[in-house]
Order: sequence, then structure tokens, then C-alpha cells
Amino acid sequence: MKQTRRVILSAASGLALLAAPPAAAQAFITVSSTTSTENSGLFGHILPIFTAETGIEVRVVAQGTGQALETGRRGDADVVFVHARAQEETFVADGYGVQRFDVMVNDFVIVGPADDPAGLKQAPDAAAAMAAIAGTGASFASRGDDSGTHVAEKALWEAAGVEPAGGWHLSTGSGMGATLNTAAQAPAYALTDRGTWLSFRNRGPLEIVFEGDPVLFNPYGVILVNPARHPHVKAAQGQAFIDWIVSDVGQAAIASFTVGGEQLFFPSVE
Amino acid sequence: MMAARDLARDAAPQILPLRLEGVGYAVRGQPLLHGLSLTIRSGRRLMVMGANGAGKSLFLRLCHGLIEPTAGRRLWASGEARAEAQAMVFQRPVLLRRSVAANLAYPLALKGMAGPERRDTVARTLDRFGLAPLADRPARLLSGGEQQRLALARAWAMRPQALFLDEPCSALDPSATLTIEAMIEGFATEGMTIVMTTHDLGQARRLAEDVAFLHRGRLIEHGPADAFFAGPETPEARAFLAGDLIW
Amino acid sequence: MDSPFATAFSLIASGDAALMQIIGLSLRVTLTAVLVACAVGLPLGAALALAAFPGRGAVIVAFNALMGLPPVVAGLVVYLLLSRSGPFGSLALLFTPTAMILAQTLLILPIVVSLTRSVVEDLWAEYREQLRSLGASRLRAAPTLLWDGRVSLLTGVLAGFGRASAEVGAVLIVGGNIAGHTRTMTTAITLETSRGELGLAVALGIILMALTLALNAAAWGAGQWARERLG
Repeated sequence: MKQTRRVILSAASGLALLAAPPAAAQAFITVSSTTSTENSGLFGHILPIFTAETGIEVRVVAQGTGQALETGRRGDADVVFVHARAQEETFVADGYGVQRFDVMVNDFVIVGPADDPAGLKQAPDAAAAMAAIAGTGASFASRGDDSGTHVAEKALWEAAGVEPAGGWHLSTGSGMGATLNTAAQAPAYALTDRGTWLSFRNRGPLEIVFEGDPVLFNPYGVILVNPARHPHVKAAQGQAFIDWIVSDVGQAAIASFTVGGEQLFFPSVE
Repeated sequence: MMAARDLARDAAPQILPLRLEGVGYAVRGQPLLHGLSLTIRSGRRLMVMGANGAGKSLFLRLCHGLIEPTAGRRLWASGEARAEAQAMVFQRPVLLRRSVAANLAYPLALKGMAGPERRDTVARTLDRFGLAPLADRPARLLSGGEQQRLALARAWAMRPQALFLDEPCSALDPSATLTIEAMIEGFATEGMTIVMTTHDLGQARRLAEDVAFLHRGRLIEHGPADAFFAGPETPEARAFLAGDLIW
Repeated sequence: MDSPFATAFSLIASGDAALMQIIGLSLRVTLTAVLVACAVGLPLGAALALAAFPGRGAVIVAFNALMGLPPVVAGLVVYLLLSRSGPFGSLALLFTPTAMILAQTLLILPIVVSLTRSVVEDLWAEYREQLRSLGASRLRAAPTLLWDGRVSLLTGVLAGFGRASAEVGAVLIVGGNIAGHTRTMTTAITLETSRGELGLAVALGIILMALTLALNAAAWGAGQWARERLG
């Protein structure tokens, strides 16, 4: 059995050599992050600045927050960069991550058909807005994928005292963009981070119908995967990335990213 | 060149005569050939005759070694279980999907003949049988007559001491048949032993030195062709020669 | 929204470096996977056609069934094998083009094996006596039958190529769709769709189809040529 394993290993390494990219070997780290950051174009804006300064390439795997944390838990990433505070704290408490750092915030908005059949534009707060959707039988498109956005959505339903079940609650089980595509088609209301919304092109009849409640505040954290648990983790380079992104330079890079003249993410390091 | 060829043939062990001793062949207990005893002598042309279903093709496959006897013994003079220096040409030869020259080269490579000698043999074979103009043509696109000519040339190039032919002309027109018969006679002149099935009486008369007559899986006559055609001993052979339907 | 065709055309005309990189990676991954699947699948298929062993029927049925393996499942299997927490984690292959090649190979292999077995089995029925007469053992017959079945086999290899180049589930899971590193045509299409850039997504789809079309046309032409030349 061991021998078989060794044969497969050496065959696979041979294949790896064969398929190795022609580019020179360069230091790189793998960051598991969320679709919201990748899809908005934030990484495309800030990572070249970091790479130019440090020579470290950053490879971003964009997944839902749940999957991104799982990727870190399995040791398949060096750094996780997500937005689901409670889960992030569990991740660190369970020993998978070293320490969580605040990086930035953006906010969630509720989008829906412009004619606003559930009247969210008049809602006093987010919980009331969610309750209004459930009360009028309008549709709601949910991520349903245990992502940070989905976790935030579930918290809002709870605050509104609504059980999100029934034909009006469309669980897409897919990413933010796919969920917005569904909402635009239905049409349905949806909870989305502002970044994805601003860079989303296929809006159809949708527009922002509710925003501004402090509970919609969406903090992003960055965590080094614990090298004590996964010794192969590139701790030095990963920590260099974290140090940079919470530094003045990194924070300024985040602040300078705009879509259509609008700033999407706000530095949160004091 | 001929001298070198004969030398090579002499160097190989003599595989003939081939002796069958009480050979039978059965499939799932159903006997198809039984009690065959005969000796195939070196340098003779033996025609195997009989009605359809008499077992002629099976007999040939059994001699050639494509099937094994379920009873009795098949003994080559060389002592080999399946003699090396033999070849067979089928009623419908299977030509490989490659050029004429590559078809000739294929069995030579199987025998382990080295590259230069192989190319030499292929060139000589192409020349000898007038196939040189067709050397690069795909074998599968040749006419029926050309295909059978190539099949015989391929067999010849393997330098067999014994050549088995299973109705080699049954699908051919008269002129192609004559060409094939001339090739077979040429082989015999070189000393090759010929064992051939045919149901064409005229062809049998033209080519046979010896005749083996099969009837329902049994060998009922075996001897010189002249005697067989002049006065067959069994009523079945007499009826066959008279053109009566027998079964 | 511009017509997707116009977008596709201007994308190609601009020679956009990122696009070229994506196309190059897609072709490299898929063609390598096809190559590996053939290197393993052709001999394996021929062996299945020619060898007699207990359980042969079960193996044949298994390979036939695996032709319907969902790409996501193939991706998951490779993911679990290559993950740092999996048995081959030390190779550090997850989120690399090599992992994508492995996943696609897993998808193509059953097609190549099953088709090869069927083609070689048919040819063997026709060639068996002749090859034995010429002195070929079963082992020696295998390459002969593979070569003589090359035109039919090409069809199977193309089917494999089609399956690999069109799939997104497996490469997304094991490659991670990392920009500039493991982003292929299909994962880029998925990404652009999720960003609501439907025009761009369709344009990428058109480019992918054009590439597939060109490759199939070339293979079909070669097959026709071979048929005429070789009968």
C-alpha cells in the first residue's frame, strides 16, 4: 500500500513538472476569500500594489464564507479573508487560525424591484423591512449557501421574527452574482453586499430599496491559518500580507478603490 | 538472391511431413471432425475437397494450428507444437489498414526480422509479384484480385515450408483466379508444400497432385490426384465428381 | 448591451493578454488531460478487449457507468485527495493547473477506455484468425488493433476533449478559479455570469465554441483524409 502510494506520488510529481507553468518560481501565498471581494474587483486593485512592494504573489480562491473557512480549516490556504465574525472567532478558537484582524467594512443593502411591492422604502429599520417582505408574499432570493451574506440574512430573519420558509423564499444555493441574477429574473428582493451590487451589471428591474441600518454593517476579518496545525502554511509571507493590509499603506489602498466613483470598502483599523 | 533465400529456408528445421493421428475436433461435445489420420508430405500440392460443411475449412485451421484437436495428435516433423515455417491465406484475407508495403512488412517484423533485411525482403516481394506500383496504396482500397494477390505475397514473404489456402479464389473473377493459380504453381515449383481447399473441380484438376476427400467430418479418400479423378473409390466421391449434390 | 458576437470579436482583435492567458491555460489543461487519458486509456481499453479474467464484465460496466460521472463529483474526489488534509496533500497540488489536469483526466478516461474497448473488440473479431496466423500474440495484437482502429478512436478522443473543455464543475473546485493562474474559459464564464456581465460571458462562450469547432473540424478533416487514404 505504501509502495503504491509512493509510485502514485512520484508519477504525480512527474506530471506536475510536465504541467508546471513556464513562469519562474515566485513566492506566493494562497488566500481563501469571498466572492464579494473578488467579484467587486477589490483584489484586482490592491494586490498588484502589495506584490510590487513585497514580491509576494497572492492567489485568491473566491468562495462563499463557509467554504472559504473550510478551505482554511483543511490547510488549503495560508490566509482567510472573510466576513462572518462569529464563524471567524470560532475558527480561531478551534485553533485553525492564529488571530483575527479587522480589515475593513462595507455594508449590506436590500435590493428589490423598483416598484417595491412590499414597501421597503418606508421601513424604519432592517428587521421591519425583512418582516414586510414576508408579510406581503413578495419573493426573496436567498444565497442559501452558508456564506457570510447568508449568515447575515438569517440573523435579520431572526430579528424580524420570521421563519424564512415557503414558496416565497427562493434558496439559490449559489454565489452572490448568481443569486442577483435570479432576483432580477423573478423579480425578488435580495440581501447583497454593496460591493457586489455596485459592480453587478445585470440588474434588470432591481434597485436599492433599503440601506443604512447599522445592523447591516459588514466587517471583514483576515486570519493567518495556524502553522501549528498545518506546518506547510507560509506563515512569514502570510503574516507579511496581513501586516501590509492593516498598515496605513494597505488601508489607503482599500480606501482608494472605487466603482463608478463610489467607495466600496471602508478601512476599519483604528 | 535466390540462393540466399533457399539457404535461409534450409537453415530452418524441416517441419514436414505433418502427421495427423486419429485427430478429432468437437465443439461443446458436438464432433465436427473425427478420426482423421493422414500424412501431408513435403513438396506436394494437396487439394482438400468435399461438399459444403464437410469440414474442409476446419481441417485447414486445425493443420495450421488456429484450433487445437480435441482428440488424437498433430505432429510436425520438427517436433514443434505449432510449426513456425507455415502460413495461411484465407478466403477473405484480412489486410491491415495501412499501405501495401506495410502489410508485407508486418509479419516480418513479428518474426523479429531486422529493419534493413525487412525492407529488402519487402522490396523483393513487391517486385516479384508486380506489386511495386501499388506499394504505397492503402491495402483496403485494392480490388479483390489485388487484395488476394497481396495476401499470397505476404504469405510468401514469410518463407513458409507449408502454405495453407482456404478457397483463395472463391470470390474472384476468372482472370484474377488464373493469376492466383499461377502464383500457387510458382510457389510449388520453389518447393513449397501446398494444402488448399476448393470446391471448384476444374481448379482442383489443374492444381492437385494429391487429393484428400472429406465427407461429414471424415476423411474418406486420400491419394494421388490422377487415381482419384480417374476412379474414386467411394460412392460419395463419385457423386461429387459427377456434380451430384451430396451431403 | 453590445451584441455578444461583437464583444467576442473585439476581445480577440484586441489580443487582450489576460484573455490569451486564459485561452492558453484552457487548451493546455484540456489537451494535457486528453493526452494523459489516452496514454492510460488506450492500452487499458485494448487490454479489456483482449484479456479474459474474472470480473471483466464488472470492470467494463463500471467504466461505461463512469462515463456519466458528474464533473463536480470528479472534482470533489480530486479535491479530497489533493487537499492538505487529504492523502496526497504533501504534493501541494490543490489550486494548480496540475490538479485541473488530474480532474479532467478522471472525466475523460472512462470515455477513452470504453470506446477503445468497443473498437478493439470489433476489430479483434475481424482480425483474430489472420493475426494469429501471421504469428501475433494477443499482447502484440493490441498495438496493431489500436493503430488500425485509429480513425474510430479519434472520435472517442474528440468526445473526451469535448467533455473536458466544456466542463466547469471539476476545474472550479480543484483549480479555484485563481486569476492568472487557474482561470480557464469555463470558470471565467461562470465568474462573469455571477458578476452579471452576461454579454462578456456569452462572448467568452462564443470564443470557446469557436476553438472547439476549429479543433473538431481539423480532426474530422484528418479522419476523412485517413478514411480515403487507408480504407
